[in-house]
Amino acid sequence: MKLSSILAAVGLVMGLAAPVANAADISGAGATFPFPIYAKWADAYKKETGNGLNYQSIGSGAGIKQIVAKTVTFGATDAPMTAEELKKAGLVQWPMVMGGIVPVLNVEGIKPGELVLDGPTLANIFLGTVKTWDDAAIKKLNPKLALPSTSITVVRRSDGSGTTFNFTDYLSKISADWKSKIGAAASVEWPVGVGAKGNDGVAGNVGQTKNSIGYVEYAYAKQNKLTYANMINKAGKVVGPTIEAFQAAAANADWANSPGYYQILTEQPGDASWPITAATFILMHAEPQDKAASGEALKFFAWAFKNSKMAEELDYIPMPTAVVGLIEKTWANDIKVK
Amino acid sequence: MSTATPNPYYAGRKRGNLIAMGLCYAATLFGLTWLVLILVTLVTNGMAGLSLDLLTQNTPPPNSTGGGLANAIVGSLMLTAIGVSIGAPIGLLAGTYMAEYGRHSKLTSIIRFINDILLSAPSIIIGLFVYGAVVVPMGGFSGIAGALALAVIVIPVVVRTTEDMLLLVPNPLREAASALGLPRSLVIKRIAYRAAKAGLVTGVLLAVARVSGETAPLLFTVLNNQFWSLDLTNSVANLPVTINNFVNNPDPNWKKLAWSGALLITIAVLSLNIAARVIGSSRSEK
Amino acid sequence: MFLRLLFRTGLLPRSVLHLKRSPKPSRTPRAPSEPAVSHMATIDTTQPLTQAEHSEAQSRAQVLRSMKRGDIVFENLSKFAAISVLFLLGGIIISLFIGAWPAIKTYGFDFLTTQRWAPSLKPQPILGALGPIYGTLVSSLLAMVIAVPVGLGISIFLTELCPHVLRRPISIAIELLAGIPSIIYGMWGFFVLGPFLAESFQPAVINFFADVPVLNVIFAGPASNLSLFNASLILAIMVLPFITAISRDVFATVPTVLKEAAYGAGCTTWEVVWNVVIPYTRVGVIGGVMLALGRALGETMAVAFVIGNAFKIQASIFAPATTISAAIASEFAESDGLHQSSLILLGLLLFVLTFCVLAIARMMLMRLERNQGK
Repeated sequence: MKLSSILAAVGLVMGLAAPVANAADISGAGATFPFPIYAKWADAYKKETGNGLNYQSIGSGAGIKQIVAKTVTFGATDAPMTAEELKKAGLVQWPMVMGGIVPVLNVEGIKPGELVLDGPTLANIFLGTVKTWDDAAIKKLNPKLALPSTSITVVRRSDGSGTTFNFTDYLSKISADWKSKIGAAASVEWPVGVGAKGNDGVAGNVGQTKNSIGYVEYAYAKQNKLTYANMINKAGKVVGPTIEAFQAAAANADWANSPGYYQILTEQPGDASWPITAATFILMHAEPQDKAASGEALKFFAWAFKNSKMAEELDYIPMPTAVVGLIEKTWANDIKVK
Repeated sequence: MSTATPNPYYAGRKRGNLIAMGLCYAATLFGLTWLVLILVTLVTNGMAGLSLDLLTQNTPPPNSTGGGLANAIVGSLMLTAIGVSIGAPIGLLAGTYMAEYGRHSKLTSIIRFINDILLSAPSIIIGLFVYGAVVVPMGGFSGIAGALALAVIVIPVVVRTTEDMLLLVPNPLREAASALGLPRSLVIKRIAYRAAKAGLVTGVLLAVARVSGETAPLLFTVLNNQFWSLDLTNSVANLPVTINNFVNNPDPNWKKLAWSGALLITIAVLSLNIAARVIGSSRSEK
Repeated sequence: MFLRLLFRTGLLPRSVLHLKRSPKPSRTPRAPSEPAVSHMATIDTTQPLTQAEHSEAQSRAQVLRSMKRGDIVFENLSKFAAISVLFLLGGIIISLFIGAWPAIKTYGFDFLTTQRWAPSLKPQPILGALGPIYGTLVSSLLAMVIAVPVGLGISIFLTELCPHVLRRPISIAIELLAGIPSIIYGMWGFFVLGPFLAESFQPAVINFFADVPVLNVIFAGPASNLSLFNASLILAIMVLPFITAISRDVFATVPTVLKEAAYGAGCTTWEVVWNVVIPYTRVGVIGGVMLALGRALGETMAVAFVIGNAFKIQASIFAPATTISAAIASEFAESDGLHQSSLILLGLLLFVLTFCVLAIARMMLMRLERNQGK
């Protein structure tokens, strides 16, 4: 008797659990870098069309793995795949938005935009050779700032991250030491520091931990009111992380001639360029299993391109109109949704 | 008692005793302090977010206001219900075999040993097992995989409590029923189960309490879902993974929801434990 | 009733309390009971059966046959369910082994001795388990070092010193610690305990040992919100209720005569505990400690929040580290190929480790059972 009542309960729940006819839910996974704008777009898209976007912000590495395994409709990554990698996996890649990666810190008395850092010093902090906030290298760049003598707690990523890829790419470009010891990748052997999961984890950790420094996408710094640092760019000028600085760096990108739209935007020339700018990419299968879902996803992306104002509100840079045209042509040619 | 100078050794022993007992008091205070600190933190942070919205609204996007945990709560209820409905019957039957049919057999002692190992196995290993056995062949994350992971955690708990409770049923009851002509299976179902009913229910409640708070096995079997979804062949929202994601994010709205969710889970788990205790003791008062 | 609860949660094997199981079915012959008077008994068997009697006999036979069938079905069903427990364990081991095989084949025993963890290295990642294994072992052992004295202290308090009125409430309060889900420990550790330790406790200890030769390396700065020590403390708080509950119950089984004899000879309370109670319950307490150790080794969420995810082994316990379960939890979702296989291999190692610890605990408790003459 007990058994049959249990079975009845199971049957009831199973009945409830039968797939409910939802308005199409698109599934995606990947980078935490663009998560704030994807979430904002998804919310507005759902209000407008009733279709939801279930985006799991689990990091670029995990996003690539999910799309290759075909468990999601699209993957998102800030570490772009090369043309050969795309061909081998049967994927199509295009950039969605661009943004800047900023160093964030939590030191008493220093306000956003007050601290100035340059590439080599940043590299040495993350290498562990610059250990305290009042180190000579930092003092030299900030003669007027009162720096405490406390140890620097480095906060870096524990997961495979496109943000890390771009950040370490920048550090490799400006520090031969970093390039030889660590190199540039989505996941590196960090010599020092605590690991946090996702851009949000790093932001949370830096906010919690006194005398810490980390690197996050600018939207995370802005939304959580973290203290960011200004950087010295390739041209030797001190720049702050503003949308103009990101745009100046992004203007150097040559999208038309890059197979798979592969472009790395760190350490770009230009007086006003932000040195750690990056684009974030979407990956979809050229011949998707679920054509309907992929078609819905492309509709969402087309809508997102039209609503690029939302991206600007969060200080992301939308793709230039000409590039959007190229991207939509790529969709038509390469992704088979019919 | 001599009135000479007191034994010097005694003073030392007395002192040692005082120190040791003082340390015991300190240890108790130490333990209780942590409990109070944790509960106070949980309640003060969680109360702020408790509202009807919590139960009626879905999880919001980051850096917005409002929203609730409705989809996560429903998802967790579904996963727990299915996990327990799969695990409890198996555990019940296995415990029945061990207590009734195979009470003194070698097989039973081996199973008891293995069961105790499984009882204390790290739940993340169970998650890995279900990932390899269910998620990979199915080609993706799903609520079914999560429910199966929870079922694997439920089984050892229910086996253990069922066997213990059934062993407490006095044999004369069974013998009387057999003497009246009842077949073995009916003796078990009508007599033993009924006599041990409170204990069996307690066991299931404890199993539910145990899986309610489990996060690790759900991390790579169900993943998560931002929206309302009852479709168990794909990811569904669930409370522990949602809390895990929200808490790592500096967004204050998400953090508030995470604490409220944590408070809900703790209240659920502690109530189930108390209910189990009450049912268990009411049985023994018969 | 209380004790029953502990049995149910697997904390306390019955053997520890010398509780008798239900007696074996008695073999003494019973007086033959009054034969049941049935309709069948009045049938005259010298004559062939009438139609009515025949059909009644048939229907009885049918009922008996279906009962027998029901019996067989039920017995086999329950036997199958019981064996499925074995299959479950076997399945877990096989599944982990299959998943871990690529890593075993590639790295072999070097996996246990390599510290480097470089999953993105091309052409082949270099992965070694030394960091996570070190973190797991050190954090669990440190947790035991903190939890065992405190747990024993609380149980001594509860059995010897506590006023009877407070005994139940305090025991329940300590058990509540066991009921709190581990993710909440993680959250509390990250938001409350971590900053507190980093600001007050750790700097004090670092300064205190600054000049002591060996200890100033173990307790070296800088103070960190996320560290091996923080994780160990959280683990200690989590396993405290297990040790307390088990110790308290085994302490209660010490025959009062022994204690009274000691008191009568003039022992202080502490001397009674140290010389009578603890030696008597030694095996039970150790069994309980091993069970708590098994729990500490496998704890995932609480540790993942506060340990800092650093694979490099550092001498200071105030530095970030990682454990096997925290490493798997943080890296599994994005891993594939050899990286994923290595994580599964880590899981297999953890399972083997906890299996050994728990098996030893069970065997010690079985030995206790045997010594009691079972």
